[in-house]
Amino acid sequence: MVRPLPARVTATAVAALLAVAGCSSGATSSGGTGDAGTLVVATAGEPDTLNPVLNYGVDGASLIFDGLVARDAGNRLVPALARELPTVSADGRTVTARLREGVLFHDGTPLTAEDVVFTYRTVLDPKVDSTLRSDLDMLASVAAPDPATVVFTLKHPYAPFLQRLALGVVPAKAFVGQDVNKAGFNRKPVGTGPYRVTSWTPGDRLVLAANDKHWGGRPKNPGVVVAFVADDNVRAQRMRAGEFDAAELPPRLATGFDGQGGYRVHRVPTADYRGVMLPMGGPVTGDLAIRRALNAAVDRQAMVTGVLGGAGEPAFGPVPPSSEFAAPSTAGRPAADPATATATLDAAGWRPGPDGIRVRDGRQAAFTLMYPATDSLRKEFALAVTADAKKVGVKVTPEGLTWDAITPRMGTDALVMGYGTPYDPDFVSYKLFGSAFAGQGFFNPGSYRSAVADRALQQGRDSADPAVRRAAYATFQQQLAADVPWVFLTYLQHTYVVKDTVTGVTPRVEPHEHDVANSLWWNVHAWTKQP
Amino acid sequence: MTAATAGRRRLAGAGAVVRRRLLVAVPVLAATSMGMFALGAASPIDPAQQYAGAAAFTTSEENLAQLRANWGVDDPLPVQYARWIGNLLRGDLGWSTSRHEPVTSVLAARAGWTLLLVGAALALVLVASVLLGTLAAYRRGGWFDRALRAAAYAVQSMPVFWIGLAAIAVFALALGWLPAGGLTDITATGTDPADVARHLVLPVTVLAVSQAPWFVLFVRDAVAESLRDDHVLAARARGLPGRTVLFGHALRTALLPFLTLVGTHLPELVGGAVLVETVFSLPGLGAVTVAAALGADFPLLAATTLATTVVVLAANLATDLAYAAADPRVRLDD
Repeated sequence: MVRPLPARVTATAVAALLAVAGCSSGATSSGGTGDAGTLVVATAGEPDTLNPVLNYGVDGASLIFDGLVARDAGNRLVPALARELPTVSADGRTVTARLREGVLFHDGTPLTAEDVVFTYRTVLDPKVDSTLRSDLDMLASVAAPDPATVVFTLKHPYAPFLQRLALGVVPAKAFVGQDVNKAGFNRKPVGTGPYRVTSWTPGDRLVLAANDKHWGGRPKNPGVVVAFVADDNVRAQRMRAGEFDAAELPPRLATGFDGQGGYRVHRVPTADYRGVMLPMGGPVTGDLAIRRALNAAVDRQAMVTGVLGGAGEPAFGPVPPSSEFAAPSTAGRPAADPATATATLDAAGWRPGPDGIRVRDGRQAAFTLMYPATDSLRKEFALAVTADAKKVGVKVTPEGLTWDAITPRMGTDALVMGYGTPYDPDFVSYKLFGSAFAGQGFFNPGSYRSAVADRALQQGRDSADPAVRRAAYATFQQQLAADVPWVFLTYLQHTYVVKDTVTGVTPRVEPHEHDVANSLWWNVHAWTKQP
Repeated sequence: MTAATAGRRRLAGAGAVVRRRLLVAVPVLAATSMGMFALGAASPIDPAQQYAGAAAFTTSEENLAQLRANWGVDDPLPVQYARWIGNLLRGDLGWSTSRHEPVTSVLAARAGWTLLLVGAALALVLVASVLLGTLAAYRRGGWFDRALRAAAYAVQSMPVFWIGLAAIAVFALALGWLPAGGLTDITATGTDPADVARHLVLPVTVLAVSQAPWFVLFVRDAVAESLRDDHVLAARARGLPGRTVLFGHALRTALLPFLTLVGTHLPELVGGAVLVETVFSLPGLGAVTVAAALGADFPLLAATTLATTVVVLAANLATDLAYAAADPRVRLDD
């Protein structure tokens, strides 16, 4: 599809450009032609598709789509397209959802159980380019016994399965006779969500209009414009120029808006951690004393204030403090504890060498710490760890690389990692710390193996009883704290700047990924703006 | 003999030249595209992992392998290349894995904006550098000449990126005259030409300013040089007015090598446009090209590379034709 527009625009605009260049001094950057009350939010990232099946707006909050369930401000599951939370059978392998009545897609067609079945079957279809398939690998089949009921059959009990039902539902009809990967729907989607897509100019912005017929009530504003501005400095400049109502900014740039009239800085807690993965196979990183000493030697408090400009909190494990599954007993001291670190190293026979670096059996306490070179934050964490380790006689050599250079070396060299989700500890930890996934790509790259952790992770996954799950994840976290396969450093806070005139902003704990969805604007339909 | 018939005679061999250049262009384009694919095969980047992004943490190897199989990116290089050429001949540029849409859609949506930016900046650079350079040469050693040269050297040492951010700080933030970025007003519902033009003033000017030093210094030196040429001195001796000598004789002689400079400088202008598009958040080809390279998206990368090659080849041809039209000593039918 070639649009004739650019050629015509080229001619007119060049002419106009020359005319305007001389007489633009009166113009200002305000004065749009859209509806008053339309909100403008700016993000760094841009989706490459708007189809939930292909990974858009996973975990709900996609603005354009609804899942069977959604999450509230406390990240608790609430019914969405399902009338009430789906029920799980006693054996944990059958999940039944009853659909809300009278839900319409943006094009006016009614939602039926077939649409839900189509959505999940499409994710499972190997021909579809979906990276969500591994998230649903417990799903054996999905069926619609009647137009208002969906039944999921699982291969094995999976306690957090309801969390997976936040996936946006697409209309089956839109894909009849089409290749899902290449369907026009992926750019002009039709959902049931609070907003429908008016236009998407790739590289520029996504324009959304309020869906007045939304089952949850009409949004409190006429629409949302999502501006894609990849460069952090440019985003900050344009925020300052008054073009955006809200923007995602890195902590240091957000700080510039603190105390400035007209703006409010939101520092949102997250489950987004940074940590050092220590390969068990490395001759130095595989030594328990070294790992424990590093864990004690790093100054998490200094990293929060220094590296993150205060926008973060110390991390001691992969389950964030905000989670009901967090085990507070595994939290250590935020400040460095060099005494414990040196005592641990002394006891293990690592003696200071002539140059201050510790030595045992002729081997130096030295290892390489890799980080993705383009990620300045991870670079600063790598340098901070290097400095802290040096104080206790461990020599760390930071090395900035591309992911392609990093990936083959993850089994032998340490790496600054980042990930995390607030929704369920199983989502990330089962594969990152399970023995069965040792050495499989980004799953457990350091080949951590612990029978205790494996059992606890399995129990947390199998059991539907919240008390049993809490106990299992407490065991898991304690084992992790004892074995230290990773030195967790900090949880980040995601920082946003919002104009004073905007009301209704309700931050909630965010996962690692946050772009159009899962950001501060997860509930943008409840925001209003004073003119 | 009128000037028009003289021009026609000079361009008499143009048809043959165009045909010959087209014959050369085909192997050049083939070699460029093959080079692209060969580099791609040598690159360790896994397009499936790039596509998954952060989801790579929760995506199994099996899932990623399926993606690669769907895209055929694990096929041997000659197979991939043959498939790509076959599709190309049928007018299908392939599927962009990094943008998740057909390459033709990516180009259709963005190439126009990049062309507009580069074209407007080029026009501005040419007009401004000829005017400023000629004036500086005429008053060689004067305050204007010295100031212009100093400014040219200073600008030459500034990165485009920095000039862009500085322009935003001054003209958008401090003075509030112009928008800080974007293609249109952020809440605009369409692409109104006047709105787009207002948004392009800063990016076009920044791109033009960043590229201007070469051209300005070149024109200034060339005109200064030709002011000492025999035919210019003779014209002056004949008592022709200063303006006629300057623009009619000196500048005309100086402009010929200037055309070559424009032709060879075009790739750099395109490179500058990539950065300017980033600073001013314009939806041109710049950002997608970078993303295509980082994401091992060879169909898209091949298409943008080929498009750039075609533009450069066409510019060189146009330069030569213009050269022939302007200089009686140059014959195309050699």
